[in-house]
Amino acid sequence: MLRYASALTMLAASTVAVNPAAAEDVELTMYYPIAVGGPLTQVVDGIVAEFEAANPGISVEAIYAGNYDDTRIKALSALNSGDPAQLAVMFSIDAYDLIEQDLIVPFEEVIEGEEEQAWLDGFYPALMANGQIEGQTWGVPFQRSTIVAYYNKDMFRDAGLDPETAPQTWDDLVEMGRALTTDDRWGIMIPSTGYPYWMFQALAIQNGVELMADDGLSTNFTDPAVVEALEFWVALGQEHGVMPEGTIEWGTLRQAFLEGQTAMMWHSTGNLTAVKNNAEFDFGVAMLPENERRGSPTGGGNFYIFKDATEEERQAALELIKFMTSPEQAAKWSIETGYMGVSPAAYETEALQAYTEAFPPALVARDQLEVAVAEFSTFETARVREGLNNAIQAALTGTQSPEEALAEAQAAAERLLDAYR
Amino acid sequence: MALLRRRRAIHGWLLLTPALVMLTTFAFYPSVATIWTSLWSRGTRRNPSEFVGTGNYQRIFDDPTFWTVAWNNILYAAVTIPVSIGLALVMALWANARIPARSFVRTAYFTPTMLPMIAAANLWLFFFTPGFGVLDQIGALFGAPSVNWLGQPETALWAVCIVTIWKEAGFFMIFYLAALQTIPPDLEEAADIEGASRWTYTRRVVLPLLMPTTLFILVNAMINSVKLIDHLFILTKGGPNDASKLMLYYIWENAFAFFDAPAAAAMTVLVLAVLGALAAFQFFVIDRRTHYR
Amino acid sequence: MSLLRHIEPLLALVLAVIWISPLVFAFWAAFHTSTDAVNFNLLAPWTLENFRTAWEGAPWLRYFLNSFLLVSSVLIGQFILCTLAGFAFAQVEFRGKDIVFVLVLLQLFILPEVLIVENYRIAVQLGLIDSILGIGAPYMASAFGIFLMRQAFKSVPRELDEMARVEGCSLLGVLWRVYVPAARPTYLAYALVSVSTHWNNFLWPLVVTNSDTTRPLTVGLSIFAAPENGVDISVISAATVMVIAPLLILFLIFQRQFVQAFLRAGIK
Repeated sequence: MLRYASALTMLAASTVAVNPAAAEDVELTMYYPIAVGGPLTQVVDGIVAEFEAANPGISVEAIYAGNYDDTRIKALSALNSGDPAQLAVMFSIDAYDLIEQDLIVPFEEVIEGEEEQAWLDGFYPALMANGQIEGQTWGVPFQRSTIVAYYNKDMFRDAGLDPETAPQTWDDLVEMGRALTTDDRWGIMIPSTGYPYWMFQALAIQNGVELMADDGLSTNFTDPAVVEALEFWVALGQEHGVMPEGTIEWGTLRQAFLEGQTAMMWHSTGNLTAVKNNAEFDFGVAMLPENERRGSPTGGGNFYIFKDATEEERQAALELIKFMTSPEQAAKWSIETGYMGVSPAAYETEALQAYTEAFPPALVARDQLEVAVAEFSTFETARVREGLNNAIQAALTGTQSPEEALAEAQAAAERLLDAYR
Repeated sequence: MALLRRRRAIHGWLLLTPALVMLTTFAFYPSVATIWTSLWSRGTRRNPSEFVGTGNYQRIFDDPTFWTVAWNNILYAAVTIPVSIGLALVMALWANARIPARSFVRTAYFTPTMLPMIAAANLWLFFFTPGFGVLDQIGALFGAPSVNWLGQPETALWAVCIVTIWKEAGFFMIFYLAALQTIPPDLEEAADIEGASRWTYTRRVVLPLLMPTTLFILVNAMINSVKLIDHLFILTKGGPNDASKLMLYYIWENAFAFFDAPAAAAMTVLVLAVLGALAAFQFFVIDRRTHYR
Repeated sequence: MSLLRHIEPLLALVLAVIWISPLVFAFWAAFHTSTDAVNFNLLAPWTLENFRTAWEGAPWLRYFLNSFLLVSSVLIGQFILCTLAGFAFAQVEFRGKDIVFVLVLLQLFILPEVLIVENYRIAVQLGLIDSILGIGAPYMASAFGIFLMRQAFKSVPRELDEMARVEGCSLLGVLWRVYVPAARPTYLAYALVSVSTHWNNFLWPLVVTNSDTTRPLTVGLSIFAAPENGVDISVISAATVMVIAPLLILFLIFQRQFVQAFLRAGIK
């Protein structure tokens, strides 16, 4: 162990501390996803190019691989087949499965010295929650979000509502939704394809419950408060008539909002810049409403370093990650997309200070972090999540009652998680 | 003579070798290997892979999603096969008749065949999108309420079927068109002289002559009802609540999204069995019939 | 009855218009802003902006090149393998031929698409993941192609074959000098079918490719236009039009040949 550590020190010293340019050339391959609109691949390419300019010894191939699921599939497929991949941005909630498959290393094994420890400690704790498992840090936040409420101020005025006040409670939501709903538009849309469990988790948190246990080994779908949360979601469409019945498409929702199909939408803050650039009306952004409490799950992608990477590659990967999460880059990323600056320091930068001053909605997601909760994640997470997604869709489309649907999802989750207990 | 025969045999096998090597690598061996994989459990860090016999089959039979998906696929086949064959026949009869703008009509029918399924799905996505989609906008002209085609279990599979039919009918039409052109024109003249109506002529003369073509198309359509799933990736991803999920998509999902290759292999074996039955049907029923043509 | 005769052409035309309408709409939307497109603003000004946005959004040139390399390599592989095998089945007599032929025909039903799980594993073992060759390899020994070439070679007159042999041609020489030229129309037909199939293929390329350097157009389009991306109708229409344009234009120009090709390929 000692020898290992000293070798590591030497390597770290040679590649990082002294002069990266003098070290041997390292080639990195990084897979990353995009799940919201806008030309974000160019933004990532730009950041990577800057990094390469500053670190001549390291060249990076950044591969855009589709949505979060596609990216996990492609990165792991590359690892499987012996193609290089040293790091990836993947779902923050993939951590359990990645650990189980023995694919990633904790950052504690890669960082060296106090400075890097300080870097690791510098992120918002709420954003670290999904990556910290069994006492170690497996993922570092990059494109992170919470759910925020976008609303059309012109429509609020039109309906005689105060355009500066978004719904504060569930009751507000229903009432204001009713006032906003007309023959041509809906009061609110909450997307229920793509990531339905995420939206649902927000409702459950607001109703005072968590969907899963901290150890990733049990789920909580049959809790009365959870059922109630789903009933509320269903009722928005079926009872109150402020939301269309059936499922609402994640991908086309932003366009629906921009076209005035709905007065309010819940969506990832990662869409903020795209909405800002395209809205032809006055719009506002607000925290999600509360019932028992306020809250939203965090969401989005973390950096992971793969176990197969050599020591040298790990260090180079760490350099890249440090660069991409540095306050300046995080600020730039946040401005270009709407995703959060991942550390308090990002919000201290001049660029983000100036931006948020001129455009305060960019702060909503960060402010909401105080009440944010780790995103839904368990072992066997893709399947457990699929079960929950199906339950939500079954309830929303009226195929099953919320209670039945959730009971089925719970039973399926029990079956799947049993093997891990 | 024997020497010559032996030389011929060696030549024959040599000529076949490259193709046989490739077929073995990518068709025969994987078919057998699939069966083997389906008998082992999935290995994870905690539970290494072990022989489980029919355990994986038991597991998928216990999985309600599997049955939903199987049923969806049967429905998908039962809808797309007859409708696209029927439409193809009508299209072919029209495209073969003396009508104005015939070449435009023919081109219009056939064009979807040239598009990738993914592109076709993109085109149709905008037809199905609620609110501002084309179908809804047209519906709105007649005062119809907005329909969430892809977002409701009752309509999602139908929307998927429509895209498949749109893509397939023109392709099948071509085969009918070819068969129609081999029918001697004097048959129609004779029918005219006897005073038979066009309907009678079509029913009594044309359709029986098209029978072998129909069988050929039928087999193709059956294979396609297993194979054509690309549009799911764009349109519904199998949702909502698995209402439009088809078997091959579920196999892909199990293998590559859930990393459960054994379950995917077990399902693949079942699909292969169905295709095998189809092959037997082709060889023993259809081929025999067409021999007597 | 005569009423039907008048209505029928009309119905045929209506169906044709319906059939072509998704394509026409996408084409129209591709040249308009998304707001105008979704509001059916028929008089809205035309724009090329969507194409610019789409073009900058992904390495399309690379995708085009990949697709081109893919269909070429598949085609070359198929020509070689299917010619040799088809010739053996058609003109060389040896024991066991019929059984092997039935085995080969079985592959018509064992679709490469269905075998993705194991084929993926094999591609990993052969180091074919994320390579153009990896996308094409499972399709190269096509039972369909072998069958087609066998039929074509069978119809070559025996005298031509014997004449060439008398002149001292080897077996391969005969194949090359006599059979291949005689089967030219079949090759052309098969090439057209093969190119359009593989230009449009999706599932296996999706599974086997990981990066921009190998993705064919269909896979590139699917991740560019993934609904999660927050679809902008007009930009996606522009990308879709871009992707389908080459094959579609070729089709419209060589329509007759295309249709003939499909006919020849389909009917024994």
